[in-house]
Parts: sequence; C-alpha cells; structure tokens
Amino acid sequence: MSSAVERFDNQARRRVGEYGRTVVRDNELLRHPVYTRVLHWTVAIFFILSLVSGLAVYSPWLYRPFSGLFGGGAMTRFLHPWFGLGFVLVFVLQFLNWLEPMTWQAPDRQWLRRIKAYVRNEEPVEPEYVDFFNAGQKLYFWAIVVCAIVFIVTGIPMWFPDTFGRITVYISVVLHDIAALVMLGGFIIHVYEGTASQPGTFRSMTRGTVERRWAWTHHPAWYRRATGRDPRADYEQARQRTGRPSTDPNRPST
Amino acid sequence: MPTGTLQIRAISAHPGPVPGRGVTREEEVCKYIDVTTCIGCKACEVACVEWNGMPFQETTFDNTYQTMPSTAWNYWNLIKFNEHQRDDGTLMWLMRKDNCLHCEDPGCLRACPADGAIVQYSNGIVDFQQENCIGCEYCVSGCPFNIPRFNSETKKVYKCTLCSDRVGQGLEPACIKACPTGCLKFGTKADLRAVADARAQQLREQSGFANAGVYDPPSVGGTHVIYVLHDATKPELYGGLPANPMIPPTYTLWKRVARPVGLLLALLAAPVAFYHYVMEGPKEPQP
Repeated sequence: MSSAVERFDNQARRRVGEYGRTVVRDNELLRHPVYTRVLHWTVAIFFILSLVSGLAVYSPWLYRPFSGLFGGGAMTRFLHPWFGLGFVLVFVLQFLNWLEPMTWQAPDRQWLRRIKAYVRNEEPVEPEYVDFFNAGQKLYFWAIVVCAIVFIVTGIPMWFPDTFGRITVYISVVLHDIAALVMLGGFIIHVYEGTASQPGTFRSMTRGTVERRWAWTHHPAWYRRATGRDPRADYEQARQRTGRPSTDPNRPST
Repeated sequence: MPTGTLQIRAISAHPGPVPGRGVTREEEVCKYIDVTTCIGCKACEVACVEWNGMPFQETTFDNTYQTMPSTAWNYWNLIKFNEHQRDDGTLMWLMRKDNCLHCEDPGCLRACPADGAIVQYSNGIVDFQQENCIGCEYCVSGCPFNIPRFNSETKKVYKCTLCSDRVGQGLEPACIKACPTGCLKFGTKADLRAVADARAQQLREQSGFANAGVYDPPSVGGTHVIYVLHDATKPELYGGLPANPMIPPTYTLWKRVARPVGLLLALLAAPVAFYHYVMEGPKEPQP
C-alpha cells in the first residue's frame, strides 16, 4: 500500500477520532476506531437505502410496497442513484481504510480449506494464523469491492440513459441485478455472523472494543500482535482458571 | 367500454333472424401507412402537434427535408426522408412516417417497472399514463423502434397515443384525417392487413417493385401500425426500421424468470442462517 494512502488513513482516523471516543476497559481490546465505525454504519445506511429503493423497481410485486417508503415511484427513481452514489463514495474510504488488513495472505487459502469445520463450529477457537480478518470476511470485502465497481459502472448509464443508449442500459440492468443479488445474500450472512452467530462481535462495531477472550477465540494472530502475548497459552490458562470443561469434542471433558 | 353489450340477442315475436346476429366486430385497430404514395407533405405532423396541443419549438435544420433529426417528447410523428440511390443509379425518395408502432407485444410495457405507467387497450393501442410514470426510461431501452421520448423537465416519457382519445370516441387519429393522398388509412387490423397485402401485390406485379411487401413484424407479435414498403427486404432504408425488432431478453426472460428466482436464492441466506443457529448454535468466545 502506498504511503500516501496510509498517511491519509492515519490522518482521517486521528481527525475523526477527536470527535468521538472509544473506552477500552480491562480485559478488552480496541477493535475498530471511531473512523472505521462511522464509515461502516454510513456505508450500511446507504446500502440499506439503496437496496430497498432498488427492490422497488426490481419486481412488480415489490413496486407498491417499497416505492411507498420513499414517497412514490418517481421519488424512488430520483433517490436511488443518490443512495447508490453515497454507498460507493463512502465505501471508497472504507476500502482505503481496510485495504491493508483485507489483503489476501497465504494462510487465507488454508482457512478456506477448513471452512466446513468453521461452519459446523467444530473447533472452539480459530487456528492460530487467523489475523485481524478471516478469509470469509476478506471474501465479503472483496465481493463488495467488485460489486461496488459493477454498481457504479452499470448504474451511471441507467441514471443517464439518453447519453449511453438503450443497449448499454439493458445490459447494465442485468449486471446491476446480479451484483445486487450477490450483495443481498452476502449482507444477510454478514448480519448473522456479526450478531447472533458470534456473541461479542456486534459491540466491536458499536463501542469499538472486544473482550480479550473474543480476540483469542476468533482472531488469534491479531491477539498476538495487539497484546504481544500467546493466544493459545492465554486461552488454556483462562480455561483452567474458570474450570470450564472444554467444548472441543476431541478432548475428554473433565 | 359498453360496446357490444347492448347488441340485441333475441327479440320477442320477431319473424326471422335477429338483425346483426352472428356479426362480430373486430376490436383491434390498425393504422395503415403506404410509404409508396406518401408525398412528404407533413400534414400529419401538423395535425398531430395541433390535436395533441403540443407546444411549438425551434427545430434543428440538418440540410434535409426532415422537420427535425428525430421525434421529440412533444413531436410524436415525423416523416423521415431518405434519398435512396437504386442499383441502376437513379434516385428515389423514401419517406416514412415515423411514430409508435403499437406492438401487439410491446417492449416498453414489458420493460416498465412502474405499476400502471403503460397500458395496452383491447383495441391494441399502447398508451403511456404519465401520472404513473417514474421517469426511469426503461421503456426507451425496451423499445426496438426507438420511440419513447423523455422530457427532462417533467421527468416523464411521451409517445404517440394513436389518438386514443379520438379513437375512443369513434374518430380516426388526427394524422389520418389530415392525410391528403390517402396513404394513411385507419380501420381494423384484419381489414387493413388485407388492404396492405393487396397493395403490395399490386406494387410487385404492376409497378416493378419485386420486393414490395408489408411491414408487420411478427417478432413483436405484429404491430397496430403497418407499412407498405417498396422493398420490404430492406426496411432499414426507411429511416432505420429494424428488420427483426427484438425485445431485449432483459425485459422478458430475465425479468420474468431470472429475477424472481435470483431474489429467492439470495433470500435463502436468511433461513440458512436461522437454521444454522438452531442446529449448530453460536460461536461463543472461549472459554
């Protein structure tokens, strides 16, 4: 990553951070600074507005219910491109902000190979190589990058059809739809993973912090970098201290 | 429309058959345009602008006889002029009245995402309802004939109505009424298709236009505006009439099938997530 981007991000994180605060208590780690959280939720708001206003023209069955939310069909058609533009522009900032932790690394292939074990909750803690983001999160991020490019490239001809011509428009409609469907499916999984599926995760995007045990469970390599401590050793120590039986089915329970 | 409902079916103490019994009136209308007898007088253009109360505007002069390069949101009817050089080197005028063809299977209506913005009457006229139009211009990309025109001030799309207001009152469209040569006719689809076929045959057999024919493209289910052309094998010569007009698959197969299936597949993520929680449970921080 170029140092100019790094300087920009650091400055943005510092500047925006001045307007908010993140309280890190004992046994907690700073996960997402104020800047990241603000970007995430702004992207999320624009995404949901774009999604709902886009669904209005997606199907005749959805037209009346969804266009009504925005003050009718004409208003929906007027607003949707602006919501989409907002989504893409703010996501560009998030892209720069997260480019470094989202870069694909060698262990990510390894993680994908054991995705079945991950989905089936077979291992109580993640493998030691899982850093700030796991490969699943990275895939979702890069899917958003690709889809955001598709959205803007196909969305502008649909916004100004007289300039681009009818052939560009009807091809764009299909590509725009595909990107939207990928985003919708990914979004549902993302919300589930960030809330019910992984307790303790949602607060990382609201208060900005996570418990230490959350960090060594889900992102051991990041835990090691952030604390300078051994995630496995700390996990075992905590496990013995609490006297809780292991949830690892391969270990005999005490 | 109550037409037909008050037709008498039985009459008390009436000797002989019921008058008019068994007669079915064809509902579908048609505008017949014989380009071979059009003289390019533009009376139809004026009649259209007048009847529809359209504001006059400055036009663009591009060194042709055409009033303007293309139809506009307030100019639905335009004679397109093409000075065509025949194989023997002689010239001939090809003049075609360019307006909405009122397809039996309208691409604009298929493309439109707004409930009620485009309707097709049972007589075949395709009409835009501007109060329901959202200005997305999907109809423009759905139309194989490049007909709908967007007004950037009102954010609505406009086109020829085939004078549905006049036709509903039993009158012919304004352009038909104005035509001095009779190259425009208005009637039922079956009648005028027969007239067109006869005229094309006449052109082939008596006027030396071996390729004369009727333009009523089946790829859009036929149209309610049909042309008699000197050379039906080259409709493009007449101001770009497409030889094989097609509705983009985006607004047929994609819109009807792929979109609902795709949405259901994407939404499948929700029950998958829910049953994952039920069956596998959450990943708690350890210990």
